[in-house]
Amino acid sequence: MRATNLLDIRAVSKTYIVDDEPVEVLRNIHFTVAEEEFVTVIGESGCGKSTLLRLIVGLDIGYCGDILLDGTRIAAPGRDRGIVFQDHRLLPWLSVEQNVALGLDASDESPAAVKQAVAANLDLVKLADFGRAYPHQLSGGMAQRAAIARALVAKPRILLLDEPLGALDSQTRAYLQDELLRIHQRGKVTMVMVTHDIEEAVYLSDKIVVMEPRPGRVRGIVPVELPHPRNRAAADFIAVKERVLASLVNGPPLCFDAAPKSRPIVPDGRARRFG
Amino acid sequence: MSRISLTVGRPSIASRRGMAIPCVLILGWIVVGSTGLVDRHFLVPFQRVVTVPFLDPDGRTVWLGLAASLARMVAGFAIGAGAGALLGFAMGLSRFGNRLIGPSFTAVRQVTVFAWIPLLTAWFGNGEEAKLVFVALAALFPMALNTQQGLRDVPVAYRELASVLRLSPRRRFTRVLLPSALPSIVVGIEIALISAWIGTVGAEYAMGFGRGVGIFLVQGREQFRMDIVIVGVIALAVVGYLINATFRSLLARWVPWRGNPS
Ligand SMILES: Nc1ncnc2c1ncn2[C@@H]1O[C@H](COP(=O)(O)OP(=O)(O)OP(=O)(O)O)[C@@H](O)[C@H]1O
Ligand SMILES: [Mg+2]
Repeated sequence: MRATNLLDIRAVSKTYIVDDEPVEVLRNIHFTVAEEEFVTVIGESGCGKSTLLRLIVGLDIGYCGDILLDGTRIAAPGRDRGIVFQDHRLLPWLSVEQNVALGLDASDESPAAVKQAVAANLDLVKLADFGRAYPHQLSGGMAQRAAIARALVAKPRILLLDEPLGALDSQTRAYLQDELLRIHQRGKVTMVMVTHDIEEAVYLSDKIVVMEPRPGRVRGIVPVELPHPRNRAAADFIAVKERVLASLVNGPPLCFDAAPKSRPIVPDGRARRFG
Repeated sequence: MSRISLTVGRPSIASRRGMAIPCVLILGWIVVGSTGLVDRHFLVPFQRVVTVPFLDPDGRTVWLGLAASLARMVAGFAIGAGAGALLGFAMGLSRFGNRLIGPSFTAVRQVTVFAWIPLLTAWFGNGEEAKLVFVALAALFPMALNTQQGLRDVPVAYRELASVLRLSPRRRFTRVLLPSALPSIVVGIEIALISAWIGTVGAEYAMGFGRGVGIFLVQGREQFRMDIVIVGVIALAVVGYLINATFRSLLARWVPWRGNPS
């Protein structure tokens, strides 16, 4: 089992010092992400989801516990991880192309190869015609897609997404959800995505990590073993949604033996890939 | 946006409206001057001020003075702004640099720039060197300060992005830090130019000697030539205005993303 885990988060705790007072933001976070798995992290605002992604991407190494990527403890940002921030963070002075190319800056690709990779990734997020545009000329959804292309261009093994669709209207959102799934399936990239939206989590992921705040802890892990494409109106889809909702609102930690089809589920089990 | 649109294409209504007050003032000047209500030594007629720089033998020296002052300003600005930018980069890019230079810089900056004049004349006399050093000093502080501030105010979000993308130090500077600091740096250049100009005229006025708009002003005052004084003041103002206008359009061209943050 362990060998297939790309990301292994073990007993991770994070404490910020605010006004000389320690503030525990994450406590004893424990979960794994398998190769090519799509994991979503859900929880109310302030429970440390962004902080967790920051730790995984390597922006902050002052934490307790271990975050292992392929068995190695994360100590710095690396090419194997890409991140799409909550705000897209495209640089306004660079064109979309240049922004995406920035993702390959640290590589030793030739200019021609960079150009080709940029074009391919813009194509992937359906922005092929907007390479020359500047970020302020894009809609919110297009900017998020450009940010996704920038994160993908260096071919990371794991893509971290911090509420990438949070600020979008429901139509654009549904469209981008399908696009994310397509990228996930086509690119064979592992994804860890933070979201506030239960339906989105159930629609996209193989496994949902439910967190609770103050301090941020994992309340439970809900596997989603539905085949793709998923039907949001289907009974089993709604059943999973209900379980996530129940684990979010109820006080006691989630109990897993209420799973449908009475499949044995361990809290940290690997969800089966859709096929 | 409106700021930018002012500077491109035809003058907008807004900028034409801005001409209203000067026009009224000049009209009033012409009227009052021609009635002879006010002593000519206090208020020369408008027509005279217009002709003096071209027809009057003393007045014509304003062009030479202007050329000399502009040359002085440009030279002093180049030295001062160059050094200021270096200091600003040193303080804004490196924590060590800031700790090393920052305190002295802040302390020296507290000295009003014109208070340097006695010191500079004591060191350099009242020739060209003293004036140049003074102009350079006048340009140095705003340049250094704005450069440092622009770099210090680069959003953490962009810094994080640079480290997530593992940009090389060079790319980090050229792609992230410098463009982000550019608006502040451009404003720094503008303020440095303006204060170099004020410093040039001030130094000339205070130190005398040689040519320049400031010296032109001194001569006008000493000869009780109100017309010459006014011509000098107008020359001063026009240069200041041109610096301002140039930079507004430069800012719009170099920093096009500032008008519409994304
Ligand atoms: N640099 C920091 N210094 C101190 N406290 C911080 C810092 N960054 C985050 N925090 C605190 O950590 C907690 C978790 O923040 P985080 O941004 O991870 O939450 P989140 O789950 O992503 O919330 P949201 O859903 O609103 O984005 C918050 O209470 C926040 O105040
Ligand atoms: Mg967040």
